[in-house]
Amino acid sequence: MTTFTLNGEIRSVDTDPETPALWVIREQLDLTGTKFGCGMAQCGACTIHVDGRAQRSCITPIASLEGTIVTTIEGLKSADGSLHALQQAWIDQQVPQCGYCQSGQLMSAAALLAVNPNPSDADIDSAMRGNICRCGMYGRIRSAIKQVAGASFYDAMEGSQNG
Amino acid sequence: MGKWTRRAVLSAGVVGGTGLMVGVSVRPGNPTETAGHLVAGEGESLLHIFLKIDSDNRATAILPHSEMGQGAQTALTQMLAEELDADWNLIQFVEAPAEAAFANYAFGRGYLFKGVEFPDAIVPTVDGLVMKLADSMGMQVTGGSMSIRATGQYCVRAAGASVREMLVKTAAKGWGVPAREIRTEKSKLYHDKSGRSAAYAEFAAAAAQITPSSTPRLKKTSEFSVMGQSKQRLDIPSKVDGTAIFAMDVKRPGMLYAAVRRSPVFGGSLRRIDDREARAMNGVIDVVTLPGSFAEGLVGAYSASDSVAVVADSYWKAEKALNALEIEWNNQGNDTVSSSSIFEQFDRDIAAATDRQTDVALGNANAAFEDARMVLTADYRVPYLAHSCMEPPNATAEVSLDRAEIWIGCQNPLGFRQHIAAQLGMDVESVTLHNHFMGGGFGRKSNADYGVQAALIAQAVGRPVQLVYSRQEDIRQDFYRPAVQSRFKAGLDNSGKLVAWHNTYVDKRDPVEAPLIPYAVTTQDIGHVASPTHVPFGAWRSVDHSQHGFFTESFVDEVAHAAGKDPYEYRAEMLKDNPRLLAVLKRVAAEANWGSPLDPGRGRGISLQESFGSVVGQVIEVTVSGGKTWVDRVVAVIDAGFAVTPDGVKAQVESGIIYGLTAAMYGDITIQNGAVAQSSFADYDAIRMHDAPVIETHIINSGADIGGAGEPGTPGVAPALANAIFDATGKRIRTLPVMNADLRTDSESSPSVAALTR
Repeated sequence: MTTFTLNGEIRSVDTDPETPALWVIREQLDLTGTKFGCGMAQCGACTIHVDGRAQRSCITPIASLEGTIVTTIEGLKSADGSLHALQQAWIDQQVPQCGYCQSGQLMSAAALLAVNPNPSDADIDSAMRGNICRCGMYGRIRSAIKQVAGASFYDAMEGSQNG
Repeated sequence: MGKWTRRAVLSAGVVGGTGLMVGVSVRPGNPTETAGHLVAGEGESLLHIFLKIDSDNRATAILPHSEMGQGAQTALTQMLAEELDADWNLIQFVEAPAEAAFANYAFGRGYLFKGVEFPDAIVPTVDGLVMKLADSMGMQVTGGSMSIRATGQYCVRAAGASVREMLVKTAAKGWGVPAREIRTEKSKLYHDKSGRSAAYAEFAAAAAQITPSSTPRLKKTSEFSVMGQSKQRLDIPSKVDGTAIFAMDVKRPGMLYAAVRRSPVFGGSLRRIDDREARAMNGVIDVVTLPGSFAEGLVGAYSASDSVAVVADSYWKAEKALNALEIEWNNQGNDTVSSSSIFEQFDRDIAAATDRQTDVALGNANAAFEDARMVLTADYRVPYLAHSCMEPPNATAEVSLDRAEIWIGCQNPLGFRQHIAAQLGMDVESVTLHNHFMGGGFGRKSNADYGVQAALIAQAVGRPVQLVYSRQEDIRQDFYRPAVQSRFKAGLDNSGKLVAWHNTYVDKRDPVEAPLIPYAVTTQDIGHVASPTHVPFGAWRSVDHSQHGFFTESFVDEVAHAAGKDPYEYRAEMLKDNPRLLAVLKRVAAEANWGSPLDPGRGRGISLQESFGSVVGQVIEVTVSGGKTWVDRVVAVIDAGFAVTPDGVKAQVESGIIYGLTAAMYGDITIQNGAVAQSSFADYDAIRMHDAPVIETHIINSGADIGGAGEPGTPGVAPALANAIFDATGKRIRTLPVMNADLRTDSESSPSVAALTR
């Protein structure tokens, strides 16, 4: 039996202690916002927060979560249901295309801003390089992170059109 | 009429006329008779196959295209709202069900009769024929960058316009006023003289009794207020909080999970399996062997080998047990094939030129080369590529004796449904298919093999099953952008002018025009030879343009340098009679500040490519240092005729560029012992945040027929990159990917420096 706090609620699961947290969260706890992309910590689609730090749930044995505080994409909103500033920025910058990697991208970005509210480009590179986006929306992800960090940046919705 | 193949339909499209056809077609007949029960609920009136209005005056676009990231559903909704005069806050979209009534006939029509304008009187007849064709081919396809330019232009706009006309006509009758005195705005009807107004909903039920016109009046570009605006995508809010439902997020009561392995050597069959260890493992329910499957047809034709699946009470256990299986395959002699043997075969077949098929023959090539002052030759090669969608192929199936239900994300719901029904030995009517958002498609999810596997596994175990491909299975059991070789010979005259162009390549697919060049070269001989391999083909974002864009735009660059000319000016000189392409080329050069000096070690390259009805110019800037290439900046210009949703077009161009850059820099699927050698993002990597360039996209609304946006950004990346690397280093990349090229300078490659840079 493993007991931990998931998005503010205490949850206990009884399963093979080696089972990756990803599958427990998706199959047993029915939170499907956390995605399977590779199963080898190479793509970041499964990123969750464990005690505030970004972690790849596909290689995190469930037993290692005993007593921790876990947040998934479903728990990124405030308690009153309002969007995390990054989620709003993701909408403002029109970041997602297929959207499949975006839960992981948001969790990595949120973990970065939690410890580094004004990240440099190099900080963003290093925090986000574990997250692949096959739709290639890296420029917009960078813009959205900077929007929240308060820096001015290229506005994708304005841009330049025909002149 | 002979058998319709994909090639025949595509070719018909290419040879079509040049006139402009906009909105002369709506699917004929009264939709409520055939489709009302499928999509319209309580209080909803289905006025058109693509449109319903509910009692709260909310309009819903019913769209026969799936969402794999491209955002076409929002753009199509804009097109509908524009012609309907709908309030943007009172319109939404749903994806059409996988039913014959929603067969995607515009796809067929866009290809068959592109640019052909029919007299009004015969439009319903033509439409009926094309619809029948689309039905029979099971087409509900998303691909070919066709959603906006075909479905949107030919169907969705006409749907909005004809429903607006039906509402006006009905209101005129109800109010006893002339229809011409009624105006519409934001989902309301107004008769200003009498001061009357009403919501669309008031007349929707009565208007639904009218057959929609096939030839409604469409707005002119100058009248647009919704088309041409960067509306926020309607699906994005659900993609930032984990609530968007992809196929893998479906859960059925009592559902089991399956992991699968297909014969690693393509074409292999199952010889022997020892599953004793796997069956004894915790949570394992069953081990199922599956026959290979294949599909014919216009879209989604494929052939897939035998496979074995493990079914367990969790996916992780199924995958673990799969690796405990001992399987022997009969490899049919294909296990000696390698990438090098394949390229040796291409080399032989191009040299032999047996049964060479001609794409273009202009002038007398032999004479032109004899007269040429300088002759250049080069061979170009590209490797196989996998799609590696973020969401691996997966499907959930529930199969009883006489019914089946499938949950999947795919690019052809109707075609998948028909094919899966056939594989299960059921009538199409007995199979329901629910299509979901795809976590990437790029062409991979137009082949139904993974849906068939899920259905057969569920049938075998008699319980709902969710099949999920591991990343390894995804990379090793894809349908690949083919490896291709292309041989060039160019002749230049005394002034350096390109006067003769000869090209022979292998593996002709679609679009047929991909290997053609837009430049005014008086003598051309472009053709291809067959050189089949056992590696399965798949449509990969931009299909044949993905290789030929690299080949032709790199070789033209070589020719320019050999002539001692600036590669931009050399191209421009040959485009004097092609104003649309020339405008794009000039604009991209200007935006990129072409010709301005760069620091040593840096370089700039240009490319131009017309594909899927759009023209894209790109300038890429690189830094090459220590043998490593950094892509600093990409400037792109797209002329898609008219950008329905400019930010959406930009997003697609950005996406197409990163997709093409991943392939150009790292993409290398190699064949060893008949199978794919790569298995993960470690050996089949993608561009990531730290190596993604700044991308600046500019849009030209030239007023040409609307073109595609999903694919045209991809083909020009590799040549612009290779041309930039040549500019920086003097080294010409003729084989992709770039990571395999030795770009170190002489001093960098000396042993002591090499040690330092490691």
